[in-house]
Amino acid sequence: MTDLSQLQADLSARVAAAADLAALDAVRVEALGKTGSISELLKTLGRMTPEERREQGPKINGLRDAVAAAVTARKDQLETAALDAKLAAERVDLSLPPPPERRGRVHPTMQVLDEMIAVFADLGFALAEGPDIEDDFHNFTALNFPPKHPAREMHDTFWLPEDENGERKLLRTHTSPVQIRVMQQGQNRTLPGWIAQGQEPPIRVIVPGRTYRSDSDATHTPMFHQLEGLVIDRNIHMGHLKWTLDQFISRYFETPVVETRFRPHHFPFTEPSAEMDVKCDRSGKDVKIGQGQDWMEIVGCGMVHPNIIRTCGLDPDEWQGFAFGFGVDRLGTLKYGMPDLRDMFANDVRWLDHYGFSAFQAPNPATGLS
Amino acid sequence: MKFTLSWLKEHLDTSATLDEVVTAMTMAGLEVEHVDDPGAKLAAFTVAKIVEAVQHPNADKLRVCQVDTKDGRLEIVCGAPNARAGLTTIYAPIGAYVPGSGVTLEARPVRGVVSNGMLCSGRELEVTQESDGIVELSDDLAVGASAVAAFGLEAAIDFEVTPNRPDWLGVRGIARDLAAAGLGTLKPDPVQPVKGAFPCPIEIKVDGQACPVFAGRLIRGVKNGPSPAWLQRRLTSVGLRPINALVDVTNLISYDRCRPLHVYDAAKLTGGFVEARLGREGETLEALDGQTYAITPEICVIADGSGAIGLGGVMGGESTKVLETTTDVFVESAWFDPIRTAQTGRSLGLNSDAQYRFARGVDPASPAWGVEQATTLILQLCGGEPSELKVSGQAPAPPTAIAFDRAYVKKLSGLDVGPARIDEILTTLGFAVDGANVTPPSWRRDVEGKADLVEEVARIEGFDNLPEEALPPIARPAGGVLTLRQRRMRDARRTMAARGYAEALTWSFQPREWAQLFGGGDAKLVLANPIAAELNTMRPSALGNLIDAAARNARKGFADAALFEVGPNFRGDEPGDQWTAVTALLAPHAPKSWVKTAADPLFQLKADLLALLDEMGAPPLQVVQGQNAPWWHPGRSARLQLGPKVVIAEFGELHPRVLKALDADGPMLAFELSLDAIPEPKKKGVKTKAALELSPLMPLTRDFAFLVDAQTPAGDLVRPILGADKALIADARVFDVYAGQGVPDGQKSVAVEVLVQPREKTLTDAEIEAMSGRIVAAAAKAVGAKLRG
Repeated sequence: MTDLSQLQADLSARVAAAADLAALDAVRVEALGKTGSISELLKTLGRMTPEERREQGPKINGLRDAVAAAVTARKDQLETAALDAKLAAERVDLSLPPPPERRGRVHPTMQVLDEMIAVFADLGFALAEGPDIEDDFHNFTALNFPPKHPAREMHDTFWLPEDENGERKLLRTHTSPVQIRVMQQGQNRTLPGWIAQGQEPPIRVIVPGRTYRSDSDATHTPMFHQLEGLVIDRNIHMGHLKWTLDQFISRYFETPVVETRFRPHHFPFTEPSAEMDVKCDRSGKDVKIGQGQDWMEIVGCGMVHPNIIRTCGLDPDEWQGFAFGFGVDRLGTLKYGMPDLRDMFANDVRWLDHYGFSAFQAPNPATGLS
Repeated sequence: MKFTLSWLKEHLDTSATLDEVVTAMTMAGLEVEHVDDPGAKLAAFTVAKIVEAVQHPNADKLRVCQVDTKDGRLEIVCGAPNARAGLTTIYAPIGAYVPGSGVTLEARPVRGVVSNGMLCSGRELEVTQESDGIVELSDDLAVGASAVAAFGLEAAIDFEVTPNRPDWLGVRGIARDLAAAGLGTLKPDPVQPVKGAFPCPIEIKVDGQACPVFAGRLIRGVKNGPSPAWLQRRLTSVGLRPINALVDVTNLISYDRCRPLHVYDAAKLTGGFVEARLGREGETLEALDGQTYAITPEICVIADGSGAIGLGGVMGGESTKVLETTTDVFVESAWFDPIRTAQTGRSLGLNSDAQYRFARGVDPASPAWGVEQATTLILQLCGGEPSELKVSGQAPAPPTAIAFDRAYVKKLSGLDVGPARIDEILTTLGFAVDGANVTPPSWRRDVEGKADLVEEVARIEGFDNLPEEALPPIARPAGGVLTLRQRRMRDARRTMAARGYAEALTWSFQPREWAQLFGGGDAKLVLANPIAAELNTMRPSALGNLIDAAARNARKGFADAALFEVGPNFRGDEPGDQWTAVTALLAPHAPKSWVKTAADPLFQLKADLLALLDEMGAPPLQVVQGQNAPWWHPGRSARLQLGPKVVIAEFGELHPRVLKALDADGPMLAFELSLDAIPEPKKKGVKTKAALELSPLMPLTRDFAFLVDAQTPAGDLVRPILGADKALIADARVFDVYAGQGVPDGQKSVAVEVLVQPREKTLTDAEIEAMSGRIVAAAAKAVGAKLRG
């Protein structure tokens, strides 16, 4: 009769000593395989008397279960060790950089335009556009600039060559020609759809776009961006203009209260004409809007001149309203602090990266403008 | 325009301070640019008297002076040759900053003698150019009196005169507006007619075209010479240079009343007449600035028997100018047409105070009183005997009455101003109020209608008082105010930025040579007056500018650039010739990396372009190779087309010849996409999307390797495969392209993975086999592809 406890001790020691899965499996086969030592013992149960079987059965089965459990435990142990070793070997140096990627940016002037559009859209303004190459009528004459008037000279206009009729086109000096395109009644429609066409009042539009003047220094570039506003209705007066601009300034600069003041000025296309100043602090390096004791001019505006309304085929005794014109690039420098306007068009990648905006900073009522 | 407070008080009865005047001006529309106070830097300087001046013991050229000052009697060392006992001069104490020499005084021994201050020259004080000696002042000035008072220095207010208000180019015009603004009372007009002693012997002729009205008078027996101190001071306080009394009188009146005048030495006039007429071809004039000007028939000249003697309204001539020896003077006070005067100034490049004023518009009613005011002053300063006043021609018609419903003030401005207050404002400003009618004064030719009158009332009442009123509600388009195209421009920017491109803003103009490289440069689009020769042509494409931007960055050490711009390009000068492009440029110089990728960056660019088109909602497009414009690499570029004609975009590598011409190192990759060419999708009434049908059955893939001609585009192989069984084939993707060993010469192997999506039931082997057969047949039919064995 085999000594069961001796056999169990012997097998347990061999299971524990198995160095790898193959060695462990060899022990398993030797003990629990078809002709293994424990399997042979189990076979003897059939030949035993019931009394013997009652005594030996639990012992032999217990031996089998114990050895099987030891094999399983050892197998887990060996597999875990093997996996640990494999993973340890797979270690990488995560201080290494990922492959280089470029960071895209939205130009600050375009971000500012989107911000302005968002504010004005909320006030019910739609967008109108017009061509950069304009004629004298839209840029000057229809806007109440008398021919040869000194105010025209003040515009530093870029001219294209004279055509066979002695007429010359120009690069628009402001976005105001689009006022005419939007207001002019009964036009022949032969232009592409993106160019504003005359609409019946009430009119409430903004006009963003490129504008051009022959001027270049730290605060002037030969090309710049304007955003024009035009409101025409029956009873729109200067109080509405003041409210609209105050709304805009406070929302754009994202400051609860910005002190502003209206001053009389002169523009040929508005009557009365005004400039609006904002309270600011210019004592430091950056201009701080909404603080301090200085005033800074921020927008030219006024009531649309009756001559213009008449030129566009509307009755100025019935329709009236206001117009204003912002310098977009300059508004950008005031909010975001770029020191020199010319850098806006220099396209230095470092500048664009620093002053530009993420694609996801689109103005949104839930998150603010930027 | 510059003026001083004391000058203002000649016309305005007021106790207002300088600050109050500046604020009132700004709020009435006279935008003050700055206040220049020459006395501010001389606050520490005072009048002193030299009691004794003796030779310095150790220096030949120095004197040791005992000086009575506000600080008592002091010993001061002075090097001026005119330092002498009894001289009244200016003393600077220790610690004072001397503006003309830029030093702060310290009590330091000068060759062994301590100087307790300094006696100053005109140049050191920046009041004159005199540097040869210390200033010599009138003996009646008291010791300790301020230097500012001794020199009569005064702050000058400099403000921007808007082109509609030439009357503000005279101090009286400013005073009138300030009176209306409540700062004081306008004093009565001081000008009185002067009775002539004899008929004016000089005939005045006008031709009615060059100059509508011309007033003049001879004053004989004058004694010219330097002006008195008050007049010199008044002129220098606003930056004018005193010349002699007769000339100074004209300059004074020009600034006082915006009434430019001219004086001629009557002895030098020939022919007994003076006329204003248009110039004659070939005439020239030596003007008072010493330059000789060629005269054209567009220019108004003043002439006498000798020909042109002056440029009307611009500048007088050298031949008849008034000198200190002049005894008979002829005074001219005319009205010159603003537009002609402006053009003369521009065409001759000649600006003067007179030209500036006439170009903006002098009061047409002023010629006669201009002569009277000048006569009064000349008689006062130089004596003499005046002739009778002579006026030739007819002044332009005065402004006509405007029917003015006072309620329009409230309607247009929102301001509540009573009719009496409205009329008071207008009257103070010089308007004639007669019931419903309001007539502007002769000097307010800018006022044409009732809106102008509202402006007058509102700006005097104060824009501060304007109410704030919210805009009324307006119908808003559902789904936002942007048009699809405007939205696409905005989305294009943010898509490109999200894909790693930085947005550039480049000029709409560029060098003509660049425009020519990109199919533009038409003479019609070349600016007549560019700001710089190289910025002279409207761009046909933004590519040149972006290449240049990338090249500039590369020269600064930043060669790896991904730039884009959304902006206008120009085919011609008509509105319809302008189109909106999204232009992107990739200069692939990614920094070296330990992660190796061998992919051709051209396909990265293509991915960016396709992603952008997808974002724009463009329909599927055809890739057409070999037809690109000549600025593209012939083998590495293609077009994306909608049908056979509409080109939506071109993309690829830029031609090395173009890069070289722009001084840029290649390779550079780019695309230019026409935003306007992308069709608008059909409008639907609702925003719901088409129903999505998801098959519950597993998709399966099958790989095919085809042999095709090496020149066959892979796209031409994929298209028939996709069409071989539209119900089952969901996608076909090229995953390998190979030529070389095992592939016959002139051919390539293209491996395609086909994604099969069963819809109704799992496919049997036989069905899959049949579908594979259709794929192979379609490929063979379309491009002669053979399944690789």
